[in-house]
Amino acid sequence: MSTPAIELRDVRKNFGNTEIIRGVDLAIEEARIHAIIGPNGAGKSTLFNLMTGLHPLTSGTIHLKGGEITNRPPYEIARSGLARSFQVTNIFARMSVFENIRCGMFWKRGHRYAFWKFANRQSELTEACEAILEQTGLTSRRHVPAGLLSYSDQRALEIAITLASGADVILLDEPTAGMSRSETTQAVDLIRSVSANKTLVIVEHDMGVVFDLADTISVLVYGEIIASGAPKDIRGDTAVREAYLGAEAD
Amino acid sequence: MAALLRQSAVWLIAVAIILILPVMVKSGFYITMLNQMGVLIIFALAYNMLLGQGGMLSFGHAVYFGLAGYSVAHYLNGVGEETLPYIPVSLIPLLGGLVSLGFGILIGFVSSRRAGTTFAMISLGFAEMVTALTLIVVTFFNGEEGIQTDRWIGPEPFGITFGSDVQVYFLIGVWCVLATAAMYALTRTPFGRMCNAVRDNPERVQFIGYNTHRVRWLAFALSSFFAGIAGSLHAINVEHVGFETVGLAQSGLVLFMVWIGGAGIFAGPILGAILITLLNSNLSDITEAWYLYLGLIFMIIVMFAQNGLAGLIVMHEPIWKTNLALFRSMFLPYVLGIGSSLVTAVGAIGVIELLYFMRTRQTAETVTHLYWMEVDAANVLPWAWSVAALVAGYLACRQTYPVMAASYSAAIAEVKAMVAS
Repeated sequence: MSTPAIELRDVRKNFGNTEIIRGVDLAIEEARIHAIIGPNGAGKSTLFNLMTGLHPLTSGTIHLKGGEITNRPPYEIARSGLARSFQVTNIFARMSVFENIRCGMFWKRGHRYAFWKFANRQSELTEACEAILEQTGLTSRRHVPAGLLSYSDQRALEIAITLASGADVILLDEPTAGMSRSETTQAVDLIRSVSANKTLVIVEHDMGVVFDLADTISVLVYGEIIASGAPKDIRGDTAVREAYLGAEAD
Repeated sequence: MAALLRQSAVWLIAVAIILILPVMVKSGFYITMLNQMGVLIIFALAYNMLLGQGGMLSFGHAVYFGLAGYSVAHYLNGVGEETLPYIPVSLIPLLGGLVSLGFGILIGFVSSRRAGTTFAMISLGFAEMVTALTLIVVTFFNGEEGIQTDRWIGPEPFGITFGSDVQVYFLIGVWCVLATAAMYALTRTPFGRMCNAVRDNPERVQFIGYNTHRVRWLAFALSSFFAGIAGSLHAINVEHVGFETVGLAQSGLVLFMVWIGGAGIFAGPILGAILITLLNSNLSDITEAWYLYLGLIFMIIVMFAQNGLAGLIVMHEPIWKTNLALFRSMFLPYVLGIGSSLVTAVGAIGVIELLYFMRTRQTAETVTHLYWMEVDAANVLPWAWSVAALVAGYLACRQTYPVMAASYSAAIAEVKAMVAS
């Protein structure tokens, strides 16, 4: 087996005296869609926050494509090719949709802190932005300040910024949260279309979306992974049914 | 070519105004005022690189203005005494800018780790510290007396001596255009865009690969550089640098200018600097209550016009860009709204001036000037008229403002309908 895209070894996290993540071992294979499911408060978002450097680990290690990223600052992890979206929309409200996406590209395309060249003159950036606008269906809203977008457009922009970096490992935190059925269908199509040759990790509550998209599913309950496997195995797993899925999967 | 002309139209107009102004105003008073205005425009724009572009509220940016001023004063004196090598006086602002860049790099590293309250408090701390140093490090700051200098030094290239204020005016004018263009260009670069991103959402910025501290630090250093250019020009202009140039009052003044002009819009600080300098030069001779008025204006803008005066102008941009005829239906509500504001202002000024006069008069004399009239403050009439105007104006405002706002909303709704169709 090749090196996993992300590998967690005995990861633990305490907030105060409460142990939220209680020894998670998880290997996410390259170029697959891996869903993490679990009841509310299981620690799914916390796990994302640990993988992306937002919170320090209490113990354990995390490797990204073989290199250790344990407790590195978020920007260094992002530079190593891991991008994430947020459960609560997290965009640049006063900047236009186009600018939001372009900001997501600067670093990876080598513009970094450049103050000696005009952003508009970098035609390769403009072209790449156009492509992402098209892909995420935001082309007609490109000049709108992001804070004025509708909720579902903000969710799409959230994903667009995540894609802009060109990272090959992408973490999506509840990409369809709060969406209507038709919006969810669109979002699923979008996620599938961007997932080619990329490793995708998603946290999701909508079981329809999870079983539709995922190659692998891990079930997180009270800070522990109780099962990991293909959708059909998870569906049949009695422990999972008891702990979480209940009658919903029938 | 036409597009290029349109793009640069604003700049060409600005240059034309700078060239024409000294021909139009002959009096020394106005040249002095214009010189001060140019210096403060650069300073305000530099400050706005922090506040408006980067989301950092500083209470101590005068430090970088003043330190450059002191350095330039010493340099000019050094050249005058032939202990330092000569460079043309026109280039000295660059030297002051570099001095402040150095301080900006050092102090910025410490202070820009966090934005928000932490940053604001650290800026205040450094401002107090440098103010205290002016009294302690006497060799550099010379205490309350400050440093006297002379800009008329060295050879005279092309006969430019900077002996007259008009020559200094053109020096400031050139630097003002250069610095403004440079600061505007900075907002269009990847770095400038990331400054806005850090302002809007520092958390997300980290997840697209940026170290927020680095972005803020660089913004801080560059902003200090431009503040240094402004401070240098100030030193050359007035040939004296005192402890007030690094102090809290100066830092507060630039904050007022930027906020009143509009921090969210690039030209806002320019507008603020022009307006405050105009009011400062003209009103401070007429009324002792000038700072009270400045505070009132500031409070009103903070409460009712989040984007400052420039914001009030820019919010009408969609209307004039779509159809000027839309302004027709807005004319009357605006005249009434502005009219009732003026009545309120006249009343308020009357009350304030009468109060100030009564509290601060040195003699038993009770006759004073209010507007163009001679009034007796011991008489009840001027008070009654002022209070009446204040109350009537306020009541009128309560009626006219909603109408004014409604006419604006209606026009904007029509613009939206036109754009959609």
